[in-house]
Amino acid sequence: MAALLSPRLLGLLRKESLQILRDPSSIAIAFVLPVLLLLLFGYGVSLDSKHVPVGIVVEQPSSEASSFLGAFQQSVYFEPRFYGTRQAGREGLRQRQVKGLLVLPADFAQRLKADRDAPIQVIVNGVDANSARLLEGYVQGVWSSWLQRELQARQIPVARPVEPETRIWFNAELASRNYLVPGLLVVNMTLVGALLTALVFAREWERGTLEALMVTPVTLGEILIGKLLPYFVLGMGGMVLSVLMALFLFEVPMRGSFWVLALCSTLFLLTALGMGLLISIVTRNQFVAGMIAILATFLPAFLLSGFLFDIGSMPAVVQVVTHIVAARYFVTILQSLFLAGDVWSLILPNAAALVLMASFFLGLSRRLLRKRLE
Amino acid sequence: MLGRILALTVKEFLALFKDKRSRFVVVIPPLIQLLVFGYAASFDLNHIPYAVYDRDGGYAARELLAHFQGAPSFELVRPIQRQEEIAELIDRRAALLVIQIPPRFTADLVSGRTAPVQVLIDGRNSNSAQIAQSDVSRILTGFNQDWIAQHQLQGMPVSLVTRAWYNPNLESRWFFVSGLVGLLTLVVTMMVTALSVAREREQGTFDQLLVTPLRPVEILIGKAMPGILIGTLEASLVVTLAVFWFKVPLTGGLGVLYSGILLFVLAAVGVGLMISSLAATLQQALLGAFLFLVPAVILSGFATPIDNMPDAVQTLTLVDPLRYYLVILRSVFLEGAGFELLLPQMWPLALIALATLAAAAWLFRHRMS
Repeated sequence: MAALLSPRLLGLLRKESLQILRDPSSIAIAFVLPVLLLLLFGYGVSLDSKHVPVGIVVEQPSSEASSFLGAFQQSVYFEPRFYGTRQAGREGLRQRQVKGLLVLPADFAQRLKADRDAPIQVIVNGVDANSARLLEGYVQGVWSSWLQRELQARQIPVARPVEPETRIWFNAELASRNYLVPGLLVVNMTLVGALLTALVFAREWERGTLEALMVTPVTLGEILIGKLLPYFVLGMGGMVLSVLMALFLFEVPMRGSFWVLALCSTLFLLTALGMGLLISIVTRNQFVAGMIAILATFLPAFLLSGFLFDIGSMPAVVQVVTHIVAARYFVTILQSLFLAGDVWSLILPNAAALVLMASFFLGLSRRLLRKRLE
Repeated sequence: MLGRILALTVKEFLALFKDKRSRFVVVIPPLIQLLVFGYAASFDLNHIPYAVYDRDGGYAARELLAHFQGAPSFELVRPIQRQEEIAELIDRRAALLVIQIPPRFTADLVSGRTAPVQVLIDGRNSNSAQIAQSDVSRILTGFNQDWIAQHQLQGMPVSLVTRAWYNPNLESRWFFVSGLVGLLTLVVTMMVTALSVAREREQGTFDQLLVTPLRPVEILIGKAMPGILIGTLEASLVVTLAVFWFKVPLTGGLGVLYSGILLFVLAAVGVGLMISSLAATLQQALLGAFLFLVPAVILSGFATPIDNMPDAVQTLTLVDPLRYYLVILRSVFLEGAGFELLLPQMWPLALIALATLAAAAWLFRHRMS
C-alpha cells in the first residue's frame, strides 16, 4: 500500500492523466468507440430473418394450392413473390431477386386428392449456407402445420408416431440479440483495452521520454501502475456504459449477480490492457504496434471467442488456438451471467484462466521492460 | 511526372519494408489468420453433445436412441438417471441438449398413439440452438418414416423435395472462406495505408514532402501504390489458399474476380489514406482505422445477413465497400457470376474509391497543423 500512496506514483498518474486529456482520442476510444459499436452491433447484427423474399410458382391453380399459399402468406418469415412459370422463377433466383423458390407442380392437387405422394419442390440459394438452412426450416414448419390442418379438415387419418416437445432454456424466444449482445461487449472491451495501451510505451520509446523517465527515482512497478491505472479507469467507464446499454437499450436479461460481472470485467480488462502493453513494449515502434493491434485484437475476438461461431465444432488444432484468446473465457462467462445466472462450475475455471492470462501479460511486460532498458 | 511518382513509390515501399517486423507483420499473419479462421468460421454444428434421460426403457425408445447414435454430428455425453442431472449438464454446457423419453413411450407407440419426446435445448447460443433443433426434428422424421414403413401405417401424403443451388451440401465453410478473402484484403490494406500519412505527420516529414515539387495527386499515387500492390497480392494469395487448401470451388472467371479485387482495393486504400490524412497522431489514425474497420466488417454481411438489419442500418451499409466486395467474391466463387450480374456491385465500389481518394488528396494540402 505504501507504494500506492507514494507522491512519485501520484505524480506519474497525474502526468498520464494529463496526457490522456490532451489527446482526446483516448477518451474517444474508451467512451465513443464502445457506444458507437454497440449501437451498430446491437441493431445491425441479427440472425433472425424475417420477410425473406421467396419465389412461388403454381403451375396449375387449385383450391389445395391456394390453401397452401394462404398459410405461406400469413407467415412473417416470408415475402412471397409470384412467377408464372418454373423458368421465370429459376431466373429470379439466379438474379438474386428471391432467396428461395417453391414450385407446386401441375399435378399437385390431383395427386393430393388421390392420396399419392405429392411433392413440392423447394430450391434455396445455398451461398449463405446458414440462412439457407434456416429458410429450409421455416418452409418445413409452414408446410407441416398446413398439412396437419388440411388432413384434419379432410379427416384423413395419418400416423404420427413421435412428436417432439421442444423447450429452449435461457432464451425461450431464441432472440439472437440476447446471445450476441453479451459477446459484443467482449469484442468491444478487447478493442478498447488493447487500443488504449498498445501505443503508450511505443510512443515514449520513439520520443525518448521513457529513458528520461528511467533516470528519475521511480521504480519499474510504479511506471507500469502509472500507465495502467488511468487507462483501467477509462476502460471500466466504457464497460459500465456498455452494460447499461445492454440492459436498458437492448433489454438483455441479467440473471447473474453484478458483483461477479464487475469482478470478471476487471480481470478481463486487465488482460486486455496487459496485452496492449506487451505489444507496446515488444515492438517499441508505434507503427508496428498499431499494425499488430489491428491484427491481434479484433479478428481473433470476433472469430475465435465463441461469440459467433461454436468452438466445439472447430477442428482440434483451432480449438487449442482459441485457448490463447482471452475473449473466449470472457464470452463464456458473460453469456452465462446474462442469460443463465451465476453458474459457478463455468465461471470459476474461466475466471481462473483470465487471472492466469492477466498475470502472464503484465508479468512479462514488467520483465521485458527491465531487459529492454539494459 | 512518372519518374517522380516512381521515386516516391520506391520510398514508400522502403519505409514500409525496411523494418523487419513490419515486413513480417504485413505478410505472415494474414495467411495464418486465413488458415485458422477458415476452420473456425462456420455455423455448421458437427459436435452436438447431448444427453439422454430414458424413462421408458422399452424397445421403441432404444430404437429411437439408435437413430441419434447413428447421426454423425450427435455425441452422447452420458445417459442420465435423475431429473436433477438435466439442469446440471445444461448449465455447465456439458450438453447442448437433453432428450427425455417419457414412461409409456413404447406402449403409446405400439398402440398407435402419438408419443411425445421432450427435447431441452440450451438457448444461450440461439443460432446453435436453432440448428440443433432442426437436426433433432430431422432425426425424428427419419424415425417416424422407418416406424411407419415397418408397421405399414398411413404416412404423410405430401413431401418437400429440397435442393440447394450453388452449395448442394450447404457447407457454411464455402460461404465464410470466400468472405474471409474480403476481410483479410481489407485488414491488410488498412494496415498499410491508414498509418502511413499519420506517421509522417507525427514525425514532421509530411510537411517536407509538401514543399517538394510533387503535386498532391502525385503524392496520392505514391502513397496509394504500396496499398494497392500489397492488397492485390494478398488477395491473390488468399484466393489461392481458398481454392487449393479449402477447396472452395471457383466457378467464375478470373477477369471478373480481379476487376472486383482491384476496385475494392482502390476503395479500401482511399478510405485508409483519408483516415490517415485526417489524423494528427498515430493513435488517432489507429482509432480511425478501427472505427472504420469494425463497423465495415459487421455491416458487410460477412456473418449476419444484411437483410436481417433494420432499414436505417441497411441504408448505412450502402457506403460500406466490403458489402459490395463480399457479394462479388461469393458470386464469382460459388455462382459463377459474370460482369452483367455484378455491375450493380462494381459501380458503387468505383464511386467510393473515387470519392475517398479525392478527399484524401484534398486533405493532404488542407489539413496542416
